[in-house]
Amino acid sequence: MAPLVKVDRLCVTARDERGNNRAIVKDVSFEVQRGEVVALIGESGSGKTTIALSLMGHTRSGIKIAGGSITFDGQSLLDMRSRDLSIVRGRDIAYVPQCAAASFNPAHPLLRQVIESSQIHRVMSAAEAEAKAIALFRELALPNPDHIGQRYSHQVSGGQIQRLLAAMALVTDPKLVIFDEPTTALDVTTQIEVLRVFKTAIKKRGTTAVYVSHDLAVVAQMADRIIVLRDGIIREVASTGRILTQPRNDYTKILLAAAKPRVRAATNGIRKETSVPPVLKVMNVVAGHGAVDERGIPAVPLLRDVGFSIKAGSTLGVIGESGSGKSTLARVIAGLLPATRGEVLLNGTKLPRNAAHRTRDQLRRIQIVFQIADTALNPARSIGRILGRPLEFYNGLVGDKRRRCVAELLDMVHLPAAVADLFPSELSGGQKQRVNLARALAAEPSLILCDEVTSGLDTVVRAAILDLLAKLQRDLGVAYLFISHDLSTVKAVCDEVMVLYAGQRMEYGSRGALHQRPRHPYSDLLISSVPELRQGWLDGISEMMPKETSAAIAGVAGGETCRFFERCAVRIQGRCDVEGIPVRLLSKGAEIRCQRTEQELIELFTP
Amino acid sequence: MNALLVRLLVSRIAIAILTLLFVSVAVFLGTEMLPGDVAQAVYGQNATPDAVEGLRRALHLDQPAYLRYLLWLGRLLTGDPGNSLVNNLPIAELVATRLPNSLMLASVTIVVCVPMSLILGISSAIWQDSLYDRTVSLATMSLVSVPELVIATLAVIMFAVNLRWFPALSYSAGLLSLNQIFQLFALPVFTLSCVLIAQIMRTTRAAVIDCLRSSYVETAVLKGARPMRIVLNHAVPNAIGPIANAVALSVSHLLGGAVIVETIFNFPGLGRLLVDAVATRDMPLIQACVIIYCAAYLFLVALADIAGMLSNPRLRH
Repeated sequence: MAPLVKVDRLCVTARDERGNNRAIVKDVSFEVQRGEVVALIGESGSGKTTIALSLMGHTRSGIKIAGGSITFDGQSLLDMRSRDLSIVRGRDIAYVPQCAAASFNPAHPLLRQVIESSQIHRVMSAAEAEAKAIALFRELALPNPDHIGQRYSHQVSGGQIQRLLAAMALVTDPKLVIFDEPTTALDVTTQIEVLRVFKTAIKKRGTTAVYVSHDLAVVAQMADRIIVLRDGIIREVASTGRILTQPRNDYTKILLAAAKPRVRAATNGIRKETSVPPVLKVMNVVAGHGAVDERGIPAVPLLRDVGFSIKAGSTLGVIGESGSGKSTLARVIAGLLPATRGEVLLNGTKLPRNAAHRTRDQLRRIQIVFQIADTALNPARSIGRILGRPLEFYNGLVGDKRRRCVAELLDMVHLPAAVADLFPSELSGGQKQRVNLARALAAEPSLILCDEVTSGLDTVVRAAILDLLAKLQRDLGVAYLFISHDLSTVKAVCDEVMVLYAGQRMEYGSRGALHQRPRHPYSDLLISSVPELRQGWLDGISEMMPKETSAAIAGVAGGETCRFFERCAVRIQGRCDVEGIPVRLLSKGAEIRCQRTEQELIELFTP
Repeated sequence: MNALLVRLLVSRIAIAILTLLFVSVAVFLGTEMLPGDVAQAVYGQNATPDAVEGLRRALHLDQPAYLRYLLWLGRLLTGDPGNSLVNNLPIAELVATRLPNSLMLASVTIVVCVPMSLILGISSAIWQDSLYDRTVSLATMSLVSVPELVIATLAVIMFAVNLRWFPALSYSAGLLSLNQIFQLFALPVFTLSCVLIAQIMRTTRAAVIDCLRSSYVETAVLKGARPMRIVLNHAVPNAIGPIANAVALSVSHLLGGAVIVETIFNFPGLGRLLVDAVATRDMPLIQACVIIYCAAYLFLVALADIAGMLSNPRLRH
């Protein structure tokens, strides 16, 4: 039987700012057989989304298909008139986009948009389509399937919206479904649920699918065959199993190596010296928004009684889902969001809660590096000026001295000295993050708050930044508070790890301890949700307990009861939701806050 | 309707009222500061110190400013802005004869302009950067950059003097047939439209283009939606807020622009009443006219904001 999709020598060009055409997809040929799931994998700029969109005869503005052919189900897509193309789109080929929330029109209810393609192509009546959509909602494990369609896109969570998009794609029973990074923006715990329902839906229908992703571990669960792309060229095509076990292309090998966790931390486990005060000690911090009551608790608390300490030259990882209070913690320490209760101590000295009241030296000692490298750098200033500013502000360096210092800083983050004359827009994402690091280092801080510093970066670049962080720590003895939602990154660089959930510290211990059971049920959920780089991992793990929740920013009413209660697999009704949570010291050395005793946890989590 | 939306609407209306009150103070102080004395102006060359003093007392001009403000505001609120200083007619009556004419001119202009500029704006957005888009842009931009004064004069020279299609003066007493209305309004409406269409059309185009670049429009394209459906169903509903604002701002411009146009075409509207009042230093009349203009402006802007709020699903649901 002929393949469903045949791409032959596809070339795509993009017009840059100067009006020149640059090839972004070069001579790409591949086939997709009926019933097969093919993954396009590569980093940003590899052309994977461009190829996926051209399978629907669509290009974004400034992009042109320059040559080659795409045959879909016997029709040559690139020769079709736009009227005929729109007949194929949505009916025979459906697309599940990446920016989930933005892909729904905010002005219309969801259901209307989910069934829209069936109405455009008149494949069924509106009532039939609605019934079918609701059946799909049920199949995709959406909560309240009968009524969720009446909501608007801002009223549902990220994981739900991704499933609604899948329902939108499947409603016309298309011959081909294109998934474009459908789970990239989701938390691991949500991702695993979305992946599971996607996989079941694909399997049940025998859908032919093209799955675009940068994440090998995710692709390994979904795809039969993997196409590895780099710079618009196919580097390797092979079955998933072969790519994972016997990669032939050098780039594939690099990708695989970068995806595997590697430990870079300077120390392993908690250091024992107790004579020196820790560089940072945070005690019983409460912070949030809104009116503060007489006990120092704000109307909307984002951090609830969080405490920890960081030793000089070591790294504390803070991990949790979005909305768990990770970034708030960094803002509280930096004094950007003053704590309403509790203390922050730097080298044993109490810091004023508000940054405005801290001395210049106190400010100098704590630096922050933000997630989005782009917006953290002033686009109108050269790199030299960006780095020179803290040198002048904190150390009073001017003229030649400052210039030499900028060059040293750039060297420290492995950038050539010539970068000083460039502007942020002329640098790549990884380079910008290096500049951000250099800017923090310019102040010669004792602590750097790293807020998701590697989250926006590709796997290979991320690995290089993590290497750099580890090297800087060895050379300069700087301590990090390393915030991330990505467990493998935290695993790679941190000595100690703190798990946050809805502003509560759930587990706190050494890196080694976190990977040892027993652990807090939430830590367990987080760790077991990280996709592993082997086929069949997704099928192998057991269904997890209560899923959909109103999690993250829950009400305040509960006070000191466990915020994880609603999602916990081993919760005790009438106790966890009523009593305050005790702190337990486990024999592995970590502290957890849980009603369950160590013995209970061991028994509950032993398969 | 939820509680948040109601709260936002109420606070928006409260702000409008507060602004109006503030404006009334400004108007009062502004007319206070104008040079010249009304009593002096009324008597002109016949002014004797006694007569002027007597008139000043009769008009409460001898009392402190804040008392006169409160007195004036109180009367304004009860619908009696007093009498004209010049001809002693009740201001309410003067305004009542002129306001309907101005409203008529404004409504005819709106009825002509708004649909036309929306069609032009949306179609330019659809065929962005095409020859059509550029022509429309160029034409509207050229018209908006010419002062109304010039447009009006040229229109009179061309259509009234040379072609003799329409009368140069838009004045008429008594009842009008539809044809007469068309004849009378053609030139003033044309002049006002030149500015209005450009403003509304540019904003509409920008707002719709902004929506057309969004991810949900790409999703709709990939669902196989045709261009018409994409624009009307997906882009326009999300552009209502900015478009409503542009319409309101442009229409409120009608009020100011109308002063010039009414004067040139000798149209018996509120604008000309104001110009005449300034010429004769008829303070109470000036104050009343300006307050009406301000109130209309604030009303329109508030209306646009409310339309924007109501079109925002995040606030509505």
